[in-house]
Amino acid sequence: MTPSLGTHIAFGVLAAFAVLTGWRVFCTDSMVRASFFLLLSFIAVGAIMILLTAEYLGVAMFCMMAVEMMVMALFMVMFMMNPAGLNPMKMVHQERVAIVVGVIAFVVLSAVAVLSEFPDAPLPAEHVPTISLGRELLGDSMLVFETAGVVLLTTMVGVVVLSSRRGRYGCADDGSMPPGLEPGGEPAGQPSEEEGEHTHHHH
Amino acid sequence: MTLTTLLILAAALIGIGLYGALSQQSFVMLMMGLELMLNGVMLAAVAFWAFSGTGAPEGQLLTIVVMAVMAIEMALGFALVVAVFRAKQADMTEALSELKQ
Repeated sequence: MTPSLGTHIAFGVLAAFAVLTGWRVFCTDSMVRASFFLLLSFIAVGAIMILLTAEYLGVAMFCMMAVEMMVMALFMVMFMMNPAGLNPMKMVHQERVAIVVGVIAFVVLSAVAVLSEFPDAPLPAEHVPTISLGRELLGDSMLVFETAGVVLLTTMVGVVVLSSRRGRYGCADDGSMPPGLEPGGEPAGQPSEEEGEHTHHHH
Repeated sequence: MTLTTLLILAAALIGIGLYGALSQQSFVMLMMGLELMLNGVMLAAVAFWAFSGTGAPEGQLLTIVVMAVMAIEMALGFALVVAVFRAKQADMTEALSELKQ
């Protein structure tokens, strides 16, 4: 794959745009605007993926991020300290350390990129990335793909458990206690006092 | 557009994200830093796939896995933020100091 001049120019513009919007995320006054800047950064990276002929991933990035950043903006409104971003907002701690660590990470990773020798094995000429990805997803790597799906389902269950206020046996904040077998009786299914002591002595 | 420039761009995104994750006080802004870091990781994975993997489809698969990780991180992160806010009325990292020495 030999990129044309237009591709190089488009990459330069998109790269500058991705870094600029990524940096603006942390220095805008409104948290909603910050989430839209993050969306722009993701879209620039998705466009770069399309330039790299990974069309499926680039388009998936657009769709996923468009939805994800809308949800993010909603949460931003809920947790916003500074409505409408009318006042200057800078809520940071240990900023100096954070800047130093960020710069160090950038320098070290760039040094790795510049100094190491990576194998030069570009895409074959007749390669169709989307077809090969589809065959991989539903072929050799199906287990990985399905595992990701199951983990997403687990996440949904976990999120509902974490964010629901009431548990099965009452308010989740109080700690759960199953009801008694008869009204006002001992909680069912709990080890009794002496039983607990007994197992304790065994150790 | 070479592998080196793509990796430098990914490094820049990871650096900015690391700065955000370390410096922001609000939980949700901190999570945006994490997302930006994952953005750089995905870009690096696609760059390696395109330039030094002879188009092995596992490279694209890795990006899809990172996307799933990103979705999970965001969903669980927001659920935890909501749960912490319910329990402590806290939406800043400073407000949680129970594990502090």
